[in-house]
Amino acid sequence: MPTKIEKDAVTGTETTGHEWDGIKELNTPLPKWWLYVFYATIAWSLVYFVLYPAIPYLSGATEGVLGWSSREQVVKQLAEAEAAQAEYLEAIGGTELAAISDDATLFEFARRGGEAAFNENCAQCHGVGGAGNPGGFPVLADDVWLWGGTLEAIHTTLQHGIRWNDDPETRFSEMPPYGDIFSREEIGQVADYVLSLSGQVPEGADLEAGATLFADNCAACHGEQGGGMNELGAPRLNDAVWLYGGQREEIVSQITRPRHGVMPAWGGRLDEDTVKMLTIYVHSLGGGE
Amino acid sequence: MALLDKHAKVEKNVTLLLVLTLITVAIGGLVEIVPLYTIKNTIERVEGVRPYSPLELAGRDIYIREGCYLCHSQQVRPFRDEVERYGHYSLAAESMYDHPFQWGSKRTGPDLARVGGKYSNDWHAAHLADPRSLVPESVMPPYAFLYERNLRPEDYRAHLEANVAVGVPYSEEAIENAAADMRAQADPNGDHEALLARYPKAAVGDFDGQPDRLTEMDALIAYLQILGRMVDFTDVRPEDLTQN
Repeated sequence: MPTKIEKDAVTGTETTGHEWDGIKELNTPLPKWWLYVFYATIAWSLVYFVLYPAIPYLSGATEGVLGWSSREQVVKQLAEAEAAQAEYLEAIGGTELAAISDDATLFEFARRGGEAAFNENCAQCHGVGGAGNPGGFPVLADDVWLWGGTLEAIHTTLQHGIRWNDDPETRFSEMPPYGDIFSREEIGQVADYVLSLSGQVPEGADLEAGATLFADNCAACHGEQGGGMNELGAPRLNDAVWLYGGQREEIVSQITRPRHGVMPAWGGRLDEDTVKMLTIYVHSLGGGE
Repeated sequence: MALLDKHAKVEKNVTLLLVLTLITVAIGGLVEIVPLYTIKNTIERVEGVRPYSPLELAGRDIYIREGCYLCHSQQVRPFRDEVERYGHYSLAAESMYDHPFQWGSKRTGPDLARVGGKYSNDWHAAHLADPRSLVPESVMPPYAFLYERNLRPEDYRAHLEANVAVGVPYSEEAIENAAADMRAQADPNGDHEALLARYPKAAVGDFDGQPDRLTEMDALIAYLQILGRMVDFTDVRPEDLTQN
């Protein structure tokens, strides 16, 4: 219940005039510095109301004296960033892939730019530094290439992807499922022969039968000695590097019902300069031809 | 203390208290509700945004059920670093058929607003099943059980109808064919013509490596593969993206 405001005898502070069961409340004022900062923020907010978009009405909001918009700001910032790099970006756009390495500074710019783009877009599948991942995500830091390791080949793969249906120029090839063509025994024989190509001869294997089947069915794409064929994306089979595992049963599974890797086309997603820089970076990882 | 004395009157008169409370709540309600009638003003006029296909919608449900939004946002903000990393900043138009939207507010994982078409289906399946097998530093939990959980396409007709009730423009035809569309989208050998006419740019094929089964993994990957791909930004100029 309200009582009279009085001075507290102990602290010398006034009471609020509230009393509950004989207990009174002191009216300790807020520190002055705090209070004035608070008032200042209120005044500042009024300035903001005038300068920036603030008060909503039915079909929009006040635009503010400055006419600021986050969307215009980002367009401007992107343009500024591009202008800052224009010298190099124009050089990359205007230089043939093979000629970029002639200019050490330009090459370094391209490699670093490619690395940044790689870590954001490619490393999830191919691993950081192109270390690859099991389950069909190829290593890019070695000299084993499915679709070719020249600058041009890497650029085409990046631009159009692999088995990426949205891009009409995508790289495409499919191995038929030999589970429908061979008997189980024949698949086993071919698997044994494929293993033997990289010097691993399974015990009791009938290599002759496997060799005949391989020559008649597989050699057209994978090469007579299993050397592979980059034009068709047919993997090399005699290097003991395996995309889907090198155990006999894994090879049998891949012959029976092949899995085919898919890579997105980056042409529509990343700009031309970035795809070029990515090409330089991937080519420089170790295995570029 | 004149004001305090008057307040005592309100506290002692139940009817007056009720009426004043009602007025106060009504004002608060109006402030929240009225803008919803003009929300169309905020939607940019861009081509390509369409309702989700039944399979994508099922994937969206799984996305919500598993709480993906707790770690992944779906909103590229208009900042240089975000635009350079993820692509064009998100538009209001791109989530106009989301009920509710999945913008999120926390990024333990990366933003997913433009993840569609960034990775292959194989990668998504392997990554959802065991994220650390592909991204060693990831803290995402594994979702391998999605491989085992079958979808029931027959349920989705009702789901489309519920979306129609909140304003998503599914046609009669789309509702009739909900179950068939769902099966067709995940069938690599299916007839996709009608599906793609209704849902352009939908990713089709076997998503989870189990062509003879229709699982939650199929649905979630189909949903992830459409995110951010509906609007073609190659022809969109910044000045076209007005909101009024």
